[in-house]
Amino acid sequence: MAYYQNIFTQVQVRADAPHPGVPVPGMKRTSWATFSHLLGRIGNAQIGPIYLGYLGTLSLVFGFIAFEIIGLNMWASVNWDPVQFVRQLPWLALEPPKPQYGIKIFPPLSEGGWWLFAGFFLTSSVLLWWWRMYRRARALGLGTHTAWAFLSAIWLYLVLGFIRPLLMGSWSEAVPFGIFPHLDWTAAFSIRYGNLFYNPFHMLSIVFLYGSALLFAMHGATILAVGRFGGEREIEQIIDRGTASERAALFWRWTMGFNATMESIHRWAWWFAVLCPLSGGIGILLTGTVVDNWYLWGVLHGIAPEYPHVFAPVVDPALTTGGAP
Amino acid sequence: MRLAFSLLGIVVATLLTVAMLFTPGWVRPPIISTQTGYRGTGQEQLISAQNKRILEAANALPAPIDKASPSGERATSAYKNVKVLTDLSTDEFNRLMVAITQWVSPDQGCAYCHTDDLADDGIYTKIVARRMIAMTRDINKEWTSHVGDVGVTCYTCHRGQPVPKNVWYENPGARHAGGMAAHNYGFGHPSTSNGTTALPVDPFTPHLLGDDNIRVVGKTPLPTTQGASIQQTEQSYALMMHMSQALGVNCTFCHNSRAFLDWSQSAPQRTAAWNGLQMMREVNAVYLETLKSLYPANRLGPLGDSPKANCGTCHQGVSKPLYGQSMLQDFPELGGKAAR
Repeated sequence: MAYYQNIFTQVQVRADAPHPGVPVPGMKRTSWATFSHLLGRIGNAQIGPIYLGYLGTLSLVFGFIAFEIIGLNMWASVNWDPVQFVRQLPWLALEPPKPQYGIKIFPPLSEGGWWLFAGFFLTSSVLLWWWRMYRRARALGLGTHTAWAFLSAIWLYLVLGFIRPLLMGSWSEAVPFGIFPHLDWTAAFSIRYGNLFYNPFHMLSIVFLYGSALLFAMHGATILAVGRFGGEREIEQIIDRGTASERAALFWRWTMGFNATMESIHRWAWWFAVLCPLSGGIGILLTGTVVDNWYLWGVLHGIAPEYPHVFAPVVDPALTTGGAP
Repeated sequence: MRLAFSLLGIVVATLLTVAMLFTPGWVRPPIISTQTGYRGTGQEQLISAQNKRILEAANALPAPIDKASPSGERATSAYKNVKVLTDLSTDEFNRLMVAITQWVSPDQGCAYCHTDDLADDGIYTKIVARRMIAMTRDINKEWTSHVGDVGVTCYTCHRGQPVPKNVWYENPGARHAGGMAAHNYGFGHPSTSNGTTALPVDPFTPHLLGDDNIRVVGKTPLPTTQGASIQQTEQSYALMMHMSQALGVNCTFCHNSRAFLDWSQSAPQRTAAWNGLQMMREVNAVYLETLKSLYPANRLGPLGDSPKANCGTCHQGVSKPLYGQSMLQDFPELGGKAAR
C-alpha cells in the first residue's frame, strides 16, 4: 500500500473542506475554493480562495484588451476566415510601425497603430501585475524577492519593445507580436547587427540561462534525493546531525568539495535567474545604439578567432562589376 | 484512475508520433552530410538519401536529338518572318523547333505556337517563345558569370511544361480584412516563397524585379549612419530563404554564418549566386515583365503582372540545374560558347 513519504508522493493529503488561509487585515479573498485531483498530482490539490483586488482585476482587463487587439488583428489578416486563422495562427503577426513613422505615437492604425495600442495595454497589464505581486508579498509579511525577480523579466521586455526603440528613434526596431514572427525577428535582429553571439552581455545571459537550468537540476535532484529522509522540510532539519539536510550538503562536498547551504542555494538560483534577463537586456540595449556589428566588434577586441581559409579567395563582386548589391 | 491516465498518455503519444511522421517537412533518414568548409564552422550540406534519389530522377536529361549541319540553306530563306534565329541553317532551325516542342509543349505540339501558316504571329505564345529564345541566347552569351559553360536551354526551366513549374507574381499578401486592421506589410503568412516562415511573402518584387539593397548587415563595428531596418532585414532574409529552398542548400553553402556579410570567409559559390541575382533582375525586367500585354488574363498574377523567374525556376531544388549536365553543348543553336 502507498504511504505518505513527502510532498512529492503520489498520495494526496487533503482536508475535508478547503482551508480559507490565514486571515490578513484588509485582504478580502473569494469565498470560493475547491479540490482538484489532477492538479493535486502536480501540486496542492486545493484551488482557491483567490485574491484579485483592483490591481489584479485591472491587470486582467488590460491584458485581455491587449490579447484582443492582437488576436483580432491577426484574424483580420486572414480576412476573418476561422479556418485560416487556426491553420496560420503560429505565423500570424501584428507588426510594429514602418521605419518612416519613427517614434510617432499615433501612426495609422493599419500601419502599426494597433501594435502601439497592444503594447501599451500589455505593458500596463504587466506592470499592474508586478505591483499586485509586490503588494501581496507585503500583505503576507514576505520579502519582495518574487516581485524583483519578475521585474528583471519586465526589464528585458521593456528594453526590446520600448526603451531600445526609443533610443533608436524608431518603433520599427521593436519586436512584432506573434509566435513565429517574434522568433523570425530574433534571427533577423542577430543577423542585422552582425551576430549577437559576439555580444558579451548575450554571452553572460546565456551563462545565466544555462546556469539556471544546471542549478535548478542540481537543487531539484538534491532535494528529491533526500526526500526519503524528509529533505523537503529543510528548516526543521537544518540544525540536526545526520538529517537529510546534512546528507545533501555532504553529498556535494564529497562530489565537488563545496556545498551551498540550504539558504544560499536559493540565493544562487535567484541571482542566476535574475541576471539572465538583466544582462540580456543590457546586451539588447547596446545593440544598434552603441554597436552596429558585434562580429566586427569582436574582431576589433580580439574575441573572434580567424579560421584557416579553405576556399579560393572570394572578393565582393559588387566592388569590381558595379552591380547593385 | 492511474490506468486511465496511462492509457490516455499512450494514446496521445501514439497520435502525436503518427501526426509527426505525416507532417510535411518530415525527412526520412538517412541524411547524407558533406563538409564543405573548415571544421567547426558548420559549413556542410545535408540531403536525405530519399530526396537525393527523387531529385536525381527528376533531373535526368530528355532524349537527345540528332545534330544538324550549320551549313547549307539558311533558315531565313526557307522560312518567312524569322527574327531571332537568323544565323541558323534550315536544318539547325528545324532541329531546334523539334527540340522546343519536346521541351515545352510535348502534348500540345507545334500548334501550341503556330497556325497552319508558320509565319503567322497570331498566337501570343509564338511571340513569347521568340522572346524566350532571345533571352536564352542572351543568358548563354552575356551571363557566363552565372551559367558558366554549362549554359541554359528551354528545358532548364520548362521540363516538358508550357509554363515552368516555378514562376512568381507580385504578391500583395493573403486576402485581408482591410480598413483600419493592421496589414503587416505582407508579414506573418507561411508561403513557399518565404520558406514557410513568417517573413514577407514577396521578397521577389523588391529584389528580383527592383534592385532594392539586399545587404543589411552593419558594415562597421560601431554605428555611423542609419543602417537597414529590421523589416528590411527580414525582406532580405526571406529572399535568402527562397534561394536556400530553390537550390536545396543551407545558408552555409555560400556563407560562413558567423559573419554573413564577410566575403573573405564565404564560399566561391556566393559570387555565382550574386551574379545570378543580377541576372534575375535583368531577365525579369527586360524579358519577362515586358511581355505583360501579350498574355491572356489567366496567365497573369493577382495584380495583373506577367509570370516571372526566380532561382527556383531553373534550379528546381538542386544547386546546379540538372546537376550541372550541359544540354547547351549539344545545342549550339541556342548560342553561348558553343556558338562562338
